[in-house]
Parts: sequence; structure tokens; C-alpha cells
Amino acid sequence: MKLSEKAEEILEALWIATEEEGENGAHFQTLDVGPDDEGLRELDRLAYIEVRGERVHLRQEGREEAKMTVRRHRLAERLMMDVLDIKGASGDAKACEFEHLLHQGVDTKICTLLNHPTTCPHGKPIPPGKCCLEAQARGEAGVVPLTEVNAGQKGEIAYLSVTDPKKMQKLMSLGVLPGNQLRLARTFPAYVFTVGNSEFAVDEDLAREIFVRKI
Amino acid sequence: MAAVDKGQDAPRIILVGSPNVGKSSLFNELTGTYTTVSNYPGTSVEISRGHCDIAGTRYEVLDTPGMYSLIPISEEEKVARDILLNETPHVVIHVIDARNVERMLPMTLQLVEAGLPMMLVINIMDEAERLGIQIDFPALRERLGIPVIGAATARRRGLQEIRQAIGNQDFCVGAPFSYSPDLEDDIQEISTCFQSDYRLSRRSLALLLLQKDTHIQALVGDREGELTEPLMECVKKVAFARRSDLHLHISLERKRITRNLLNGVLTQEGGRKPSMSDRLSALTMNPLTGFPFLLATLYFGLYKFVGGFGAGTVVDFLESTLFEAYLIPWLLHLGDRFLPWYWLHELMVGEYGIFTLAIRYAVAIVLPIVGTFFLAFSIIEDTGYFPRLAMLVDRIFKKIGLNGRAVIPLVLGFGCDTMATIVTRTLETVRERIIATVLLALAIPCSAQLGVILGLLSSVPGALAVWTLSMALVFLLIGFLAARLVPGEQPMFYMEIPPLRMPQLRNVITKTLTRMQWYFVEIFPLFIIASVLLWAGKLSGALAWVVKEMEPVMTMLGLPSQASAAFIFGFFRRDFGAAGLYDMQTSGLLSPVQLTVAAVTLTLFVPCVAQFLVMNKERGWKVAFGIFIFVTLLAFGVGWLLNKMLLFTGVLA
Repeated sequence: MKLSEKAEEILEALWIATEEEGENGAHFQTLDVGPDDEGLRELDRLAYIEVRGERVHLRQEGREEAKMTVRRHRLAERLMMDVLDIKGASGDAKACEFEHLLHQGVDTKICTLLNHPTTCPHGKPIPPGKCCLEAQARGEAGVVPLTEVNAGQKGEIAYLSVTDPKKMQKLMSLGVLPGNQLRLARTFPAYVFTVGNSEFAVDEDLAREIFVRKI
Repeated sequence: MAAVDKGQDAPRIILVGSPNVGKSSLFNELTGTYTTVSNYPGTSVEISRGHCDIAGTRYEVLDTPGMYSLIPISEEEKVARDILLNETPHVVIHVIDARNVERMLPMTLQLVEAGLPMMLVINIMDEAERLGIQIDFPALRERLGIPVIGAATARRRGLQEIRQAIGNQDFCVGAPFSYSPDLEDDIQEISTCFQSDYRLSRRSLALLLLQKDTHIQALVGDREGELTEPLMECVKKVAFARRSDLHLHISLERKRITRNLLNGVLTQEGGRKPSMSDRLSALTMNPLTGFPFLLATLYFGLYKFVGGFGAGTVVDFLESTLFEAYLIPWLLHLGDRFLPWYWLHELMVGEYGIFTLAIRYAVAIVLPIVGTFFLAFSIIEDTGYFPRLAMLVDRIFKKIGLNGRAVIPLVLGFGCDTMATIVTRTLETVRERIIATVLLALAIPCSAQLGVILGLLSSVPGALAVWTLSMALVFLLIGFLAARLVPGEQPMFYMEIPPLRMPQLRNVITKTLTRMQWYFVEIFPLFIIASVLLWAGKLSGALAWVVKEMEPVMTMLGLPSQASAAFIFGFFRRDFGAAGLYDMQTSGLLSPVQLTVAAVTLTLFVPCVAQFLVMNKERGWKVAFGIFIFVTLLAFGVGWLLNKMLLFTGVLA
């Protein structure tokens, strides 16, 4: 059964508050709802949540749904940013509208298209879906930004999602090109890696835009 | 951009290539003159010109700043590309690093396809061989269609062959390489739209247009006039038809061609153990070991060697023993005997005399300090430590609106702020250049000033600590504010990290001497001018007037009125001012608080004349004046505040 948009928003906020921020439920105010809220009642009917006074708690029954809502939202953000190149506030707003459409396998398709991303553009984790776990089981090495490679690991540069043409040009002329092998030596204070016989250092912003297929 | 040559008397050899591949060292070997060779990218910001004679012909040799590809990003790369666009070369020598042939060969391909007469020098063969890299030169020569020479210029290997090749050949233009059929069609389509003549081939221009090179767009716009529009339409049509990033596509094509060219030509034995240098390198880049390493370098390199040995031992010897005890009395004696006219006597050996002030300051105080600094700097620079430092401090520098790369001009500022202001050109955005220029003008004392101040303050317990703390606070605060207030793009950081190397004595010594010579030639006239101006001011009474006018400011800072002279000196030379304080201190005119306040204010106070002129040249007069006024106000403001705080808290009392 498909939830209303409002219900999805509440679930999402609840998930972030309880699972990621370690809160014990969330207050009406945080969720931007009143006691008579339509979405709240909808979730209550499904026994996904429990309302105690002015606080809302996520019940075990609602956890899976909440997790998937967060996943859809963050996948939508990735899609906006990486593929459609819509960034900043407008990207966030579009992602908010878009996430509610990602049902019945659409999320899986997008997840596969994006090569099972593990974080949203803001760096928060995207809960893995069935498709991610299956890809992992098949041993498909995912493509991840350099920020998710561990020091000492090797990889092949898959693509560069650099938007600034100057940066792109610099990376290409340095030999940071798709298909080249790379070995990450350090991740702090900057990302230090070798391509061929040369060593390079880049900052975190740039590292986030270099996508690597782990070997 | 006109295609006119600047004189066609001597055939021209142009050296191009990525940073840090040994262009400057080849230039030095060819011409016998000297340009700075360093182990970090972005040192040569200007073109060096020299001459060499080969087989009876005199050639002009041009050394260009490093560039990674034909499309420039930073200012210095633009300088290098403009040379290729405007000058007719006898030969363009592309110098590449043997350890990174695969990475650097795509630029050779670009140069060949640009229709330039080419020679390829594969340098640093010694280090490549140590890595187990083997190159089949005859095969590569055949595949590329241009002369290819292996060399190790730092070890003087391959120089004879390079000279011979230059002398022997009439360089013909190599045949360009084929890209994928679709790209070839695109190039063909655009090439036919050109009507004018260009130095670079149409094929090359078409590719640069497809890669959205704005400078080339402007150049083509200039030349083609009305025909520009259909041409640009054509470029847009092609770019749209491909629906992909052509820039990346072209790079990948070049990579493919390079791989084919190198197939069977280049071999590398795998499985090399990390060397001593690799291990040391890792230590310098780990914050846990890197920061102690940095502090040790600063302590021994700057404090002990420059501050202790240069500004202490050597200055003491020259100043007290040589000048005070022997030279000056002797000169005074000569002056008294042969210069009966008061004005001339004053001009030569008076209070602000050329001998007693300008030459004494320049030779006895400044030169030893600058010399030891440049020596220490050259050694550190040659090891390749600076890029590692840049990487280490990047996060901190981001907070002040700069990136780690800016550590190089800022550290260089401790040697000479004027030189460092020129080096800010290597920073990529205007915003970073402005912030770095402000910080250099404000909070980075040059070696001469630093030396004098270290000497001056070390006699008063706690003063040095207050001074250091004040400087650090102002530096961070202003940087922090600048990062928020100066508009423009946020900096990004990427840097190639060259291997750690053992500095070579010959290189270090020549580099130090060249820099000292440069410094001396640049500043010596300024010392003379300053002393003449001060002399004129003294005789005409203007100096007394300015000193008197500045009295209220001095009072505000809690300083005796004589201190204003030091501030006026300070504008002529930073260290001049500090040396003025030195005189006052030795005459017992300053209390510890006054000394500290004066030292802080003077360090922050305006850059010297030379630095101001360079700021003007690099940033334009509006920015330069803006910085000047800002720095002056801030210096006195901080001085005032510091005085109040020190008096209030009773520190140093």
C-alpha cells in the first residue's frame, strides 16, 4: 500500500531522529505536525508509529518502511546531483518531490543506474536495498567516490563527476583519467594517491568527485 | 595577438613541459646562465631567455613555466602557451619525466598535431632506471616521427646528444595521429571553417575549440572577424551532436594513442620495495609525525640557522667587528679629511649617509640574514618538502580562504615579501591571490626584518612570545575574515607530490647565490635612494616635520617621538625600520612594552616600497592602494590595542 507524501515525510524524519541521531522518538514540532495530522493518523492506523503525548515513536513494524523512504529520498538526491546535475537548494527541493515517485522497482532501477551508491550528496548513508545486497553477493565491485576507499586500497578510476571545467581539465592533464589504476596512500589531512609513478594530493571536495571501481 | 616575430635574428629554441621535469636545469646547461631550479611545481613564473652556441650558430633559448597541456589553467600556463601561439621556433623541445612517460606523452601528441617543429627529451632517466623502467628509444623515435633523446640533465647525461640534435636537424613537422573516426570527422568539419592563418595548425585549433578553450575562442574571434559566428555555430553543432563531454573524449583518445605508441616500447619491472625516501615521505605527510617534523625544520632551519647564526653570529661579526670597529671610523676619518662641505659629508658618512647607513645596513645586517635564509630555503626546497607541507596544512589554510598550495608563497615571504608577492601568481583564483597578497603585506615579516626583530626581542624575556602570538592572531583573524569577505570561488587543492630527493650541493649553492644576487641588485639601489631621501629630508627639515606630525600617532601607541623615524624608514625597507628600532633599543630609549608594541606595529605596518610597487604591478593600483591603507590602519590599530592590553595586564612590565 502506498503511503501519502505527508506520511512518508514523517517516517523519514522519524528514521533520521531515532536511527541516525539516536533520539528517543521525535516531538510534534520537529516533525512539523499537529495532533490531528492526516499523515500521523495514517501511520498510526498501520501501527507504524505510536504517539505518546506530543512525542512520536517509530514502532518495529514501521522500521522497514521508514528505512526505504529514507533510501528513496537519498537516491533521488543522488540522481539529481550526479545525473541530472541539479544542485544546491533547487536540487534538494526537486529530490523531495521526486522521492515519492520512486516505488515499485523504480528505486531499484535508479540504484542500479547509479551503481548502488552508499552515501547521499550530503554524505549521509543510503540504506542498502535488496539490489545492493544482491550486487554485493555477486561480487560486483561497486563504484565509489575516492572518499570511500581505504588507505592502501587500489582501484580503477571509473569516472569523474567534476562539474567545474577547470578542475576537470586539471585532473585530466594530470593523468587522472578513467581507466587508469590508482592506489590510495592517505586519506588525512588530504587524499594522497598514486597514478602510474606519480603521487598526487587532492582535498576532500575533489576526492568526492573522483569515482573509483575498487579492485 | 599578432603573428609578428620579435626579431628574427637568432633561431629560437623553446623549452616546454609539465612542472618539475627539469626544463630549467636543461636551460641552465644549454645556456650556461642560471634560472632557479627547484623540486616543486610553479617556481618559474616568468620566461627566462638565454643564448647558446651550437656548431657555430647562435640560438636563443626560452624557458617557459610548466604546463600540463595545451589548454592553460593558471596564469603561468597561459604565459607558456602564449609563447607557442606567438613565436616562430627553430625547435620546440618537450621535456618529460621518464617515470611518467604515459602521462606526459599526450602533450607531445598535442604539440606534434599543432604543427610545431618538435624534439622530445625524456628526462630523469636515472631515477626511472632505478624504478626498473626501460625505454626503446629507436622504436619510439620511429613511432613518433620526431627526435627522441633520453637524458638526466641534473647529472649532465644526454646533453651532448641534445646539442647535436639541435645542430644537426632541420626539424620537420611530425605527422599527427589519428583519433577515432567520429572525432576525425568533427575535426575535419571545423577545420574547413577557418579562413585566416595561424601559428598553430587548424587541426589543433579545432580540437582546442571543441574543448571550449576561451583564449582560443578570443583569438579566433580576433582573426576571423565576421566569419567567427558560422565557425562557432559549427563548433556548437558538433558538440551537441556528440552529446558527450568532448574534452574527456579527446583526453581518452589521446590516452589510447599513447598506450599504442608505448606498447612494447616502455617496460617496467614490477614489485619494487618502498625505498628510504618513500618511507620518509610517508612520515612527512602523516600529521602525527609531520607537524613535529615541520616544527623541527622551522626551529633548526629558521630560528637556529637564520635567526641564530645569520642574524646573530654573522651580523655581529660584520656589523660590530668589521663596520663599527674598522670601516666606519676609517670612512669617517676620510670624510673629515676630504669632504669639507657639510652637505656632502652628511650625504656620504652622516647620520643617513650612503656609507654609514645604506651600505652598512645592506651589507652588514641584511645580506647575511637574507643569505642564510635563502640557503636554508634552497636546501628544503630541493628536497621536495614543500608540496608535502602544502598537503599537510591544506585543511587549516582552507579556513583562511586559501589552499595548501599558498604555503609556498607565504613561506617564501619569510625570505622576501616582494619575491613572494610575484609568486602568488601560481595561485589559481584571483581571490586567493588577493588574500595571499594581503597576508604577505601584513603579517609575514621578511627575513631581514625577522632577523633584526628576533635579535631585538630575544633580549627581553616574553617579548618574543607576545610578538609571535600577536602576529599569529592577526594572521589567522585577517585570513579568517578575508575568507568570508573577499568574493570569488572557493579554493580547491590538488598538487603533484614529487619524490623526496637529496639536495644537490651545486644546485643549492648556485640557487642561493643567484637569489642573493637578485635580492642585492634589486634592493641595493633602494637602500641608496632611501638614504638620499632621508638625507634630503634631514637637511631640508622635512624629516623633522614628518617626525613631528607623526608624534600624536606615536603617543597614541605609547612610544617616544623618535620612534616615528623608524616607521618612516620602515616604508623604504621593512628591515630598515626594524634596524631603526635596534638603534633606539641599544641607546636604552625603549621600555620592554614599548619595544614590543613598536616591533608588532612595525612588522604589521606597510610593506616596503619594492613590495608596494610589485603589488601595484601584480594586482593593479586600486587593490594595491586598498591594501596599503588597510594595512596601515590595522597596524596602528593593533599597536594601540596591544599597548593598552600590555599596560593593563602588566605583562612585560
